[in-house]
Amino acid sequence: MTYEELLIKMALEDERIIVMTAENRALVRNAPKALGARFIDTGITEQTMVGMAAGLALRGRVPIVHALAPFLTMRAYEFIRTDVGIAHLPVKLSGYIPGFLSDGNGPTHQSIEDVSIMRGIPGMEVYCPADEDDLVKMLPAIWTSPAPAYTRINHKKGSYSHAAYQPGKAEVVAEGSDVTLLVYGFLFENALQTKELLEKEGLSVGLINMRSLKPVDEGSIVRAAAGSRHLVTIEDHLLTGGLYSIVAEVLLRRRMTAAVTPLSLGERWFRPGLLGQVLETEGFTPGKMATKILNSSTYA
Amino acid sequence: MTNSELDSLRSTALKVREHIIRLSEGGGCFIGASLSCVELMVYCYARVIRRDKDQPMDPRRDYLFLSKGHDVPALYGTFVEMGLLDADRLRNHLSTEDSIYWHPNRQIPGVEFHSGSLGHLPAVAAGVALDCKLRATDNRIVVITGDGELNEGSVWETILVANAHGLDNLTIVVDRNHFQANIRTEELVPLEPLADKFEAFGCRVTRVDGHDLRELERAFAASVEEKGKVKVIIADTVRGKGLPSIEARADRWFCAFTATEVAQLLEELHGNVAASIESETLVVR
Repeated sequence: MTYEELLIKMALEDERIIVMTAENRALVRNAPKALGARFIDTGITEQTMVGMAAGLALRGRVPIVHALAPFLTMRAYEFIRTDVGIAHLPVKLSGYIPGFLSDGNGPTHQSIEDVSIMRGIPGMEVYCPADEDDLVKMLPAIWTSPAPAYTRINHKKGSYSHAAYQPGKAEVVAEGSDVTLLVYGFLFENALQTKELLEKEGLSVGLINMRSLKPVDEGSIVRAAAGSRHLVTIEDHLLTGGLYSIVAEVLLRRRMTAAVTPLSLGERWFRPGLLGQVLETEGFTPGKMATKILNSSTYA
Repeated sequence: MTNSELDSLRSTALKVREHIIRLSEGGGCFIGASLSCVELMVYCYARVIRRDKDQPMDPRRDYLFLSKGHDVPALYGTFVEMGLLDADRLRNHLSTEDSIYWHPNRQIPGVEFHSGSLGHLPAVAAGVALDCKLRATDNRIVVITGDGELNEGSVWETILVANAHGLDNLTIVVDRNHFQANIRTEELVPLEPLADKFEAFGCRVTRVDGHDLRELERAFAASVEEKGKVKVIIADTVRGKGLPSIEARADRWFCAFTATEVAQLLEELHGNVAASIESETLVVR
């Protein structure tokens, strides 16, 4: 099942659902025909779309709104925070081409601070599916919850068959005593291959698909920190406010410490280009990630 | 509207102004912008907005959204006079134990949505108006905006979208008191010719004296005409209306008065004295 098939199916089964877009139709090409008046394209107006979504939610609707992730989360940020967040309305935000998925667009289109800013809104939930299979397994729970939610939409096909989604829980793919890779979203696939490369070097490697960054599955992080000598956070996000920050917050809250290596974008925008080249340049191919992990101080 | 109905609304408006003046004591309030929209607010709740006091959340009700949230003293004063809010509760102004603060919020029954950040509620109201269209119900959705608020691009963006969707159940009322916070609108970001701007954006526009209840009656009656267009009423008003010490003065934006000054202002309101507060710039936030 694709994102759009799921969206249309759920909308046809639940008349509360309204599908909105700020003229980003890549994910919803067939929705106008299928949903009629419950498909609303407001034009290139992220602020108005989110404000209207709040108004629709006040009337009992569940708006699922679409735009490119950077424009949705940043152009409309104050509308999300003030109209959706303060009122805690069930508006569901679908951010398209987050992180590396903006490939050749350049920094204007790079949504690499979205996790940080969206999780800063009280009551807002933040989800990052690993691939299309994970996406369609997670979305029914996300869209039927009464909370506002932001989802990093990633509908790339993956090789892994994901477990059923339990709300707020991570997917523990493997446990390992030497190192555990914590990853979310699009980079899951490469993390899976990184795990294999590290295993060939004789390491015992764990892998966790975080799935939900807010609420975060604290237990999975704590168990990894207790059971592995080394944790690695992998994210196509700035260092500030993403998974590395989340892990730090969780460990501090539990009065724990751990050797944690962050693989992130640090504090800069990435070099735009074709996705494969971007991953090479930025050091997020399985080979480059495995090398960085092996070279980190833990194994020196 | 009969003459006696008119007299009754005028008397209500006077009482609402008394509430506003009392709310300016101590911690203060945005008194000038509240006094300018009193007739608007009273007229809307008395004659335009259909709602059942016993079923405040009835989805068939009309909605009034206060987008220029800093004039909330006018809203709460009107609520008291309409029997929606206990007058004693206004004494809790700025107490953390209650929710009567400088901007409206839904803790106060009757408030449809919180505001404070300008340029938001036209969009929220458009969402409500759109839902009413989808459900084919005849609710009327009214949004009161400031004129300084029209600096915000989101207002104009929403008008374009609302007209694209034919939201003729949406009425935007501009409290045109001719002042931003600190300066006349025309001296900062000129708005005139304002009616032309709204018309160019596809709206049905009526412009009236916002303190004249009969003109407001005419404007709201005219604004149900013409299918498919967002309605705009530009209500020309005077900031600080009713108090010569405050009227149309750039330095009277946010005022915090002493009990003695409040007593003087109530005398002013009733025409017993001329301007009584002579200090230069009052508290400005």
